[in-house]
Formats: sequence, structure tokens, C-alpha cells
Amino acid sequence: MTAAPAANAQTQTAPATASRGYWAGVGRRLVRNRLAMVCLAILVLIVLAAIFAPYIAPHDPYRGSMIRRLRPIGTDGYPLGTDELGRDMLTRLIYGGRLSLFIGIVPVLNAFVIGTALGVVAGFVGGKVNMAIMRTIDVFYAFPSVLLAIAISGALGAGIFNSIISLTVVFIPPIARVAESVTTQVRNLDFVDAARASGAGSFTIIRVHVLGNVMGPVFVYATSLVSVSMILAAGLSFLGLGVKPPEPEWGLMLNTLRTAIYSQPYVAALPGAMIFAVSICFNLFSDALRSAMDVKV
Amino acid sequence: MTEALVSVRDLRVLFRTGERTVHAVNGVDLSLAQGEVLGLLGESGSGKSVTLRALLRLLPPKRTTISGTISVAGNDVVAMDEAAARDYRGGVVSMIFQEPMLAFDPVFTIGEQIAEAVVRHENVDRAAGRARALEMLDRVRIPSPKRRLDAYPHEMSGGMRQRAMIALALACKPKLLLADEPTTALDATVQIQILLLLRELQREMGMGVIFVTHDMGVAVEVSDRIAVMYAGRIVESGAVRDVIRNPSHPYTRGLLSSTVHGSMRGKRLEAIPGAPPNLATAPTDCAFAPRCKWVADACRAGVPDLAPVAPGHVAACVRLGAAARA
Repeated sequence: MTAAPAANAQTQTAPATASRGYWAGVGRRLVRNRLAMVCLAILVLIVLAAIFAPYIAPHDPYRGSMIRRLRPIGTDGYPLGTDELGRDMLTRLIYGGRLSLFIGIVPVLNAFVIGTALGVVAGFVGGKVNMAIMRTIDVFYAFPSVLLAIAISGALGAGIFNSIISLTVVFIPPIARVAESVTTQVRNLDFVDAARASGAGSFTIIRVHVLGNVMGPVFVYATSLVSVSMILAAGLSFLGLGVKPPEPEWGLMLNTLRTAIYSQPYVAALPGAMIFAVSICFNLFSDALRSAMDVKV
Repeated sequence: MTEALVSVRDLRVLFRTGERTVHAVNGVDLSLAQGEVLGLLGESGSGKSVTLRALLRLLPPKRTTISGTISVAGNDVVAMDEAAARDYRGGVVSMIFQEPMLAFDPVFTIGEQIAEAVVRHENVDRAAGRARALEMLDRVRIPSPKRRLDAYPHEMSGGMRQRAMIALALACKPKLLLADEPTTALDATVQIQILLLLRELQREMGMGVIFVTHDMGVAVEVSDRIAVMYAGRIVESGAVRDVIRNPSHPYTRGLLSSTVHGSMRGKRLEAIPGAPPNLATAPTDCAFAPRCKWVADACRAGVPDLAPVAPGHVAACVRLGAAARA
């Protein structure tokens, strides 16, 4: 409960200092959280590496060599070794970040937009509309997420686009649920009545007051889903339902390297370590964001 | 009396939720002149807040059935469509809420929220809206209003928030202000400041005010006239002085004798026995009869009409004389 004393202090000092905005306060609390900053730094590093991959990667991610297969970590010229086709691991890990992050984040973004819209409409309109939307969503929610992702991907066929669709479908239900529950709470608060009493229509109330209050909690929740999305996406690739070889992607690399687990266990574990690092950083950062924004999901 | 600003005839409000029905308001007649302050008095569940919300058409349309006529400054409130209702709310009539903390959106500043209402009603740009917000904050005597414009609701004290709420309600210069127990959530010292401020602004702007409260003292402080509600009906109404000096309905007498005033030390407060009636069905007789000291057979015969006690002072009791004599 760091927020309460902070708010108190603000109230007391308010006459002397100009009022600080909500986001300024969130930012300040976030910067003070050292763990969150370390996670953010790691994430930024990985994202930047992925974006500038062609400039920093030491080798070509597609060209292999039969003589250089499965070199151990620390080989001269290949600091992280080579994979089963003799391609440089470091290069492929850097390039792999591009796809892995992309299919980790994009489905969550899609689901954030669609799920929030569905949840807000369901929560605000209520009654039969709520029933129709939320019970449909419950049907999807009833499946384990991995199973649902595999089923949809399997039905649509392999490929990046299809795995993004299937992951979007997986993440809409939980996001819509959070949005719906927050909307239902907000809808019954006095300020909605107050806004209506001062002449706001339903559209304005949804756009300004409901979304304004729903976005925060839903956004925080969505950031915590990115790691799940990455793991699921990697899982789909691992099963051959996502990215196709020879494209570098962490999940797929994990799959193709699994035959080498006895000869080069450390090299084979590297893509997994990347997935682990990124998802744990996302999770820790999302936790920090949640406490900085003081939202309860 | 000049031409009425508000005229309510036989207002009935029925709530239906699942299997339960509640007859919240059962035939209220009300009129208010421009520049007049009416205190609507009653205990919890007497239908006073529902009447107020009906005047703004804020009740959830799906679960509510409203009958009767409500006319405010020439607007037929019951019949108007949603677009007209949006112009009406905030432009002609606005409302102050009980809990100033909950009545502001926590994610926007006070200034933004006032400006939003002004922009909506007066077709001006945000800068003009902001200027009006500043003017209003100054008018409700918020110290250093410029800084407060960018304050979030949680950064202000209760009294300050209620002042800001008043500023928001009056920003578009409404003809009628509805106040739903605006001082109940405040400290006693802040309460009186807010009441005085409201009274002053009301005189300055010449608007009509309907002030809902359960506090007799507050009602006397701000009102020109008082209407006492019980079980969804007005049981007595008249000028403040008449009602206080000569309470004619047994319920009003009960309310008055259950308030604290001087020279009462050591004595027990007189309370009205029993509880308000369950309004699952509309009352068919005097709803107060089960709790009334002076109850007689005539009370069960039907719903008593408002009968004149003195000029401009009416009460709905079949035994008008009996209570007074007792």
C-alpha cells in the first residue's frame, strides 16, 4: 500500500506545489522499482537487438555449414555455438527475437482491442446483450488455452498469420472478462450518473468515463498475457503449427535442436532460456506496473 | 406565485427487478416557482431521491415505469427523446450528488470535467470551457482556483470537492438545480458553509432549487418551502415557517419531535415507532397509519388527499384536527 501515503502527501502539499498528473506519479513509482527497471532494460535490449538484427548479428542466419555443426558455446567466432545445421546460434537468437516478440505481442494487442470492446459493451449495456456476449466468451474460456490455440491453429493450418489469429482468439475471453467486470463496477458509480446529469450521452460516457477507467486495469492485465502469448506461440512453432523452417524463431529452434540435447545440451537450451528470460521480464514488469498504477484485477 | 418553473402532476414511479416490484413514488404533485427553494424532506426510502432522478430522467429506463406529467421550464420531461434529454440535462437542470468523491471521475482533472460539460452544451472550444471552469471555481470560493483546475478529485478535501461539484452543476447556468443530500457526507462545519454558498449562488443566479434531505435543520436553513414525503407521497407541504410552527401531519410532528434541539439534555429522543412500509404494492390507505398515534378507522378507508390547513399549507391526513389537539 504505497499509493495511499503518497496520495496523502500529495493532498497536503497540493496548495504549495502544482498538481502532478496521474501518469507522472505512476512513472515515478515505476522508476523507483529497481527490479522493474532491470526487466525493462533487458526487454529494451532484446527488442533493440531484434530491430537492428541485420547490423549487429555476426553471421547470416540462414547459411549453415556441415563441418561446423553443433559447436559448443565459446567456439572461436561463434560465441554461442552453432546449431544442428551449423548456423550461428547468436545470430539466430537475435533474428529469432523478431518473430518471437512479434507473435507474442501482436495477438495480445489484437485481443486487447477486441476484448475491451466486447467487455465494455457487455458490461455497459447489461441484460441480454451481456448474457449473449459473456456466455459465448465463457464457451471459449472453458478450453485450456494451449488446447484451444492448437485446435484453431490445426484447423487453420500452419503459418505466422494463422497462429496470430488463433492466439488472438485465445486471449479475447480473459481480457473481455476483466473489461466487463471493471465496466460493471464503473457503470454503477455516481460519476456516471453525474456525467449523465450534466448532459452526456451513452456514447460520450463510454468513450470518456468508462474507457478512461477500464483501460488501466485491462492494459496491466494484457501486459501479463504477453509472456503467456510468447510461450504459446513458441509452443505452436515447436509443434510445427506456427513458424516454418528455416525461419529463425525461438520455439522452432527449440524444436529442431531437441535432437542435439545429449551432444550439446547448453546450446539446445539457449532458445528456451531466451523465452524464459523475456516472459519473466514481461511478467515482473507487468506486476510492477500493476502496483505502480494501483489497480486491482 | 409567478409562472411555475417545475410542475409535476400525479407522478408515479414503479421499479421492476425480476419478481420484485417497488412502488417508489405514488402520486406526487409538485410545483416550484423560478427562484424558489423547495426542501424535500423524508427518511430513507420515502421516494425523495427517486422523485429527483425522475425530474432528470436519470432512472434506468428498462426497469422503471414512470407515469404522470413532469414539466420543467416548458420541457415535457416524460415524453422527450434521448437527444432532447441530453440537452435538457445539465443545460436546463443539473444535479449535485450526495458523495462528492464518487461524483467525479477519478481519472480526469476537475477542470477537464467542468470544461467537458460546458463544451457539450454551449458549442464552445475547450479553451473557453476551461475559462468558464476557472470562473466557476472562483465563484464557489475555491482558493487558488487556477491550480485547482488541474487537480484530480482525490487531491481535494470533501468540502472542496462538493464546491467543485456545485461549480460543475452550475457551469451551464441551469434554471433548476437538484440537490440530492449534498451535505450529508460532509462535516458539520463544512455543511453550513456549503449551505450558505448554495443559498447565495441561488439568489445570485435566480434559479429554482429542489433540495432533498432527511435533516430537518438543513431543510429549514435553505428552503422557502418544505414538502414532507412518506412512502412515495407528499404528506405535507407549505412555507417553512408554517410547517415548523404548525406541523399538521402526524409524520411531520414525529420528525420534528425526533430532532435534537436545545434544552433537551437528559431526555430521551422521541422516535417514531415502527418502520416505513414495504412498497411492493401501492398503498391503498394512509401509509403512515400503522405507526400513527392517532390512527382511526377512517385512516384505513382510502389514501387521504392533501387538504388545506392554512393558505399555502396542505397536509394529507383525515384526522387533521386530532393530531393538533393532542
